[in-house]
Amino acid sequence: MNLIKQDIVHALKKGIRFDSRKPFEFRDLKVEVGKVKTAEGFAHVKLGETEVLAGVKLSVDKPFPDTPDEGVLSVNSDLSPLASPDFEVGPPSIKAIELARVVDRGIRESHAVDVKALCIEPKEKVWVVNVDIAPLNDDGNLIDASGIAAILALKNAVFPEYDGEVVNYKKHTTKKLPVSKVPIPVTVFKFADMLLVDPTAEEESFIDARLTATSIEGGIITALQKGGESPITVDEANRMVELSIEKAEEIRKKIKKFL
Amino acid sequence: MKYEITYDKRVDGRKFDQLRPIEAKVGIIPRADGSAFFKDGNTWAYAAVYGPRRLFPRSMQNPSKGILRCRYNMMPFSGMGDRVRPGPSRRAKEISMVTEKALAPVLDLDEFPNSVIDVFIELAQTDAGTRCAGINAAALALADAGLKMKDIPAAIAVGKVNNQYVVDLCYPEEAYEGIVVDMPVAMLPRTKEITLLQMDGQFEKEDLKKLLEIVKKPIDKIHEIQVKALKDKFKGVKADSEVVE
Repeated sequence: MNLIKQDIVHALKKGIRFDSRKPFEFRDLKVEVGKVKTAEGFAHVKLGETEVLAGVKLSVDKPFPDTPDEGVLSVNSDLSPLASPDFEVGPPSIKAIELARVVDRGIRESHAVDVKALCIEPKEKVWVVNVDIAPLNDDGNLIDASGIAAILALKNAVFPEYDGEVVNYKKHTTKKLPVSKVPIPVTVFKFADMLLVDPTAEEESFIDARLTATSIEGGIITALQKGGESPITVDEANRMVELSIEKAEEIRKKIKKFL
Repeated sequence: MKYEITYDKRVDGRKFDQLRPIEAKVGIIPRADGSAFFKDGNTWAYAAVYGPRRLFPRSMQNPSKGILRCRYNMMPFSGMGDRVRPGPSRRAKEISMVTEKALAPVLDLDEFPNSVIDVFIELAQTDAGTRCAGINAAALALADAGLKMKDIPAAIAVGKVNNQYVVDLCYPEEAYEGIVVDMPVAMLPRTKEITLLQMDGQFEKEDLKKLLEIVKKPIDKIHEIQVKALKDKFKGVKADSEVVE
């Protein structure tokens, strides 16, 4: 086993981590919303030194043929090489794709965004909601930080003026995007035979497995994603999800005033 | 050129030679070797420097000197209108190239054979003047990375709206109905050598002369802000040990 990993495991057995946190303790969460005026909704999330921006852009387009009376929600992410020496220029990496898809599923399956209310004219015109996630600094646990940023940006979003023909992005109305729930992804990481949450980039580079569970109010799970090289036991999976729901509730309380 | 129409009041109420409110901060991206944030009004630029590091693919390596590689990118939600599609546009590629040319002259690239210094610039919000804000942020990030530099390049747009010379055009001015000249300039503040010069619009050679004179003051002002931002990073930091005679 790698020496640093040995040290991390050794410390975890005593219930501590390199930055003196407990295994199930999140780093400080700092949030700002609405600062970027070119976006219809915006959030800036800091989880320790991990920093993520999320912006919402709205546009009007044709609906998909199989859902003629529903608006479109799409979550995208671009891991700019600005945020980490491990990110490279080029088409979205598998990490960026997974990140966007996990965050997307959590929001989509929670039905947090009322897509029916985004219909302007069935078969012809609906609102398209694009959530873009842009990490500024990757110090681990990007999925959780991005999920928090995405839902905060959606909660912050207002419609631009629309006269039936063109969208006037210079004028934002006071009408809020219809977002009713707060899905929060929390990833639990497996480290040898121990569990922890919210790893730093250093810790994250040594993990064996991870499980992301997105949950909404009332502890209902709306998305799961297992990652990492090692398998997890059934018992571990249950414990990880339980912990994830508990932590999501804590985060929801912390960000309450921005919702 | 004579125009009947005049521009006697700026759309945002600034004086003609007044910059927008500027904020600069260095060391904001801990994973990078150097980083900075530069905000000019509603234009926000983040810059990160990685390197000097080995250049790949190997075939691009130059055994006699290192290269400076810049990448300018607008975040998808940063545009005034529709969502900006991810991926480099022709415009972004050109701006990346002129940004390299604006910054490279202050670096001693001969020191880093076979290596690359990567500069990544991301715009989170835009209101004209993005290439200048990007250059200002990148210059700070290079200094923050501890690279040897002859000077800290500073950039700003000057121009003309109808018959009026203006400094630091905002978007409503760039899009003003009338004759608009937009001229981004990057200079080495100490020598006033020009490292970036572009222009959109129509003007005469006297205008160029005049604008290159006008631009010196705001360049000095930006330089002052950049130096302060670099010093602020170390405010409150004490030396490890005192020098003993």
